Amino acid sequence: MTRGGLAFAVLRHVLLLAGAAVMLAPFVWMVATSFKPPQEIFAGELSLLPRQWHAVENYHQAFTKVPMLRYLANGLFVTSAIFALQVLVAVPCAYALAKLEFRGRTLLFTLTLFGLLIPAHVPAIPLYIMLWKAGLLNTYAALVVPFVISVFGIFLMRQFFKAIPDELIHAARLDGLSEFAIVWRIMVPAAMPALISFGIFSVVAHWNDYFWPLLVINSRELAPPPLGVAYFRNEEAGHDFGPLMAGAVIITAPLVVAFLFAQRRFIEGMTMTGLK
Amino acid sequence: MAEGPAASVRLDTAAGRRRHSEALAAWGLAGPATFLLFLLLLGPTAAVVVLSATDWQLGAKSLRFVGLGNYAEMFADRVFRQSLANTLLYVAITVPVSVGLGLSAAMLIEARTSLQKFYRTVYFLPVTATLIAMAVVWEFLFHPNVGLVNLLLATVGIAGTHWLNNPSTALFALCAIGIWQSLGFTTVLFLAGLKSVPRDLYDAASVDGAHGAWERFRRVTWPMLGPTLMFVLVIMGIRSFQVFDTVAVLTAGGPAKSTEVLLYTMYTESFHYFRTGYGSAITVVFLVFVLALTLVQVRFLDRRVHYS
Repeated sequence: MTRGGLAFAVLRHVLLLAGAAVMLAPFVWMVATSFKPPQEIFAGELSLLPRQWHAVENYHQAFTKVPMLRYLANGLFVTSAIFALQVLVAVPCAYALAKLEFRGRTLLFTLTLFGLLIPAHVPAIPLYIMLWKAGLLNTYAALVVPFVISVFGIFLMRQFFKAIPDELIHAARLDGLSEFAIVWRIMVPAAMPALISFGIFSVVAHWNDYFWPLLVINSRELAPPPLGVAYFRNEEAGHDFGPLMAGAVIITAPLVVAFLFAQRRFIEGMTMTGLK
Repeated sequence: MAEGPAASVRLDTAAGRRRHSEALAAWGLAGPATFLLFLLLLGPTAAVVVLSATDWQLGAKSLRFVGLGNYAEMFADRVFRQSLANTLLYVAITVPVSVGLGLSAAMLIEARTSLQKFYRTVYFLPVTATLIAMAVVWEFLFHPNVGLVNLLLATVGIAGTHWLNNPSTALFALCAIGIWQSLGFTTVLFLAGLKSVPRDLYDAASVDGAHGAWERFRRVTWPMLGPTLMFVLVIMGIRSFQVFDTVAVLTAGGPAKSTEVLLYTMYTESFHYFRTGYGSAITVVFLVFVLALTLVQVRFLDRRVHYS
């Protein structure tokens, strides 16, 4: 390597490491604070490790002062229900759009594309009114129902299905499979990578969503994790940051750990369209 | 004699019946999605537009059509104008900074092979982390006395402020959180864009006398990255326009309305004061901005297709 090349290699790492330090700082400080007792936090010292470990107390409080496990279970239940229903609704539609001839196909696809442009906040007011009229506010249904249609899912799966050879479908028809059976027994297994990307996109979006739960949920028992954190923060802010940081660790951990284990899939799923 | 036409008719009807049954199956498969698309997305979007022309308040027995009355009230309202200005300022800061830094980071990462994956992972980490939880962490980092930001500033002799509680800094603090959260997103999109630049273009450029990093960037990378750049700008514009979480949890639009943004104003008008008609009008303005951004991209991409 030339001198200039070496200098650049070093400069590259210096700049990127500085950036990495900024990106990681909130995570590091969050974890470090979740181990500290209040007196050390309020002493305002720049030390990463506590002199006196307070991790057990902080995490214990995060689980007992607020129904943390309940929040996590709510998040798990709501995100799985949403994704399961999205698949049930979007996949057959995507197959029809990709592989079947029918009147109105172009129009339906155009409407799907138009749907991709509408941010989730736009239909919020009428959806709220519908749920209110139906007496479903402050229920799990309120968290799930508005999202059972995923235009992103229809679009993504349709693109993937288009690339699957028609011969596969003809062969299945000759074997006497119905169109419905073709969708679930031929197309879905062949489209697993797309389905996983769809799943990651959906779960991340709804695990992290704060806007919608804030509108429709007002009881702790039904709060998904972001709403739970916000409740916790409102009760704790300014008093004791240890348990609050422990709570933040607990709620960010599932997705962050999943991301570290399946980075490529996560990045694909979250940047595929970049929409929404 | 009479058999021929009859047979062909029968054939026609057989083909027709097959087409018919395919169409029937298709609608059976696409029907539920189509119904839900109208019920949960297109219908409500149309309903917002209609509601924005009424004075309806949630739960009220009657409503009156007021035409563009809500829009007139909105643009005459100081709070709304402030909210729109704040949103535009937030976008105008967050988008160029996260796009600029994302492009720089992507080029630095792509320039050499060592630690590529490590950097990509670290930069992308905030994108996956639950924003509300991280917002609470940032609130602690911005704490006036014991927050990391002011503690670090103190070591170099700068006196910090109460960033989130000071009208002249609060919006910038939220921009910082927004940039931190989306930098990995832009970085990854640019990394993909850089990978798609054909290697031999760089060789060709150096044959043409383009030596040095800057010349290579100016003659090859920048023009080839045009479509990616446009895409990232628009996506980031749309994402930034939707700023809500950090405002709702950390500042509630304050202090002194300095962080009041469109979606937050929409939220308070519609769901605190239950002024549904007025809130719908704000939603429509929000939608118009988002669609306008998309239109910019579509037009740009159209032009590109003509070029190629």
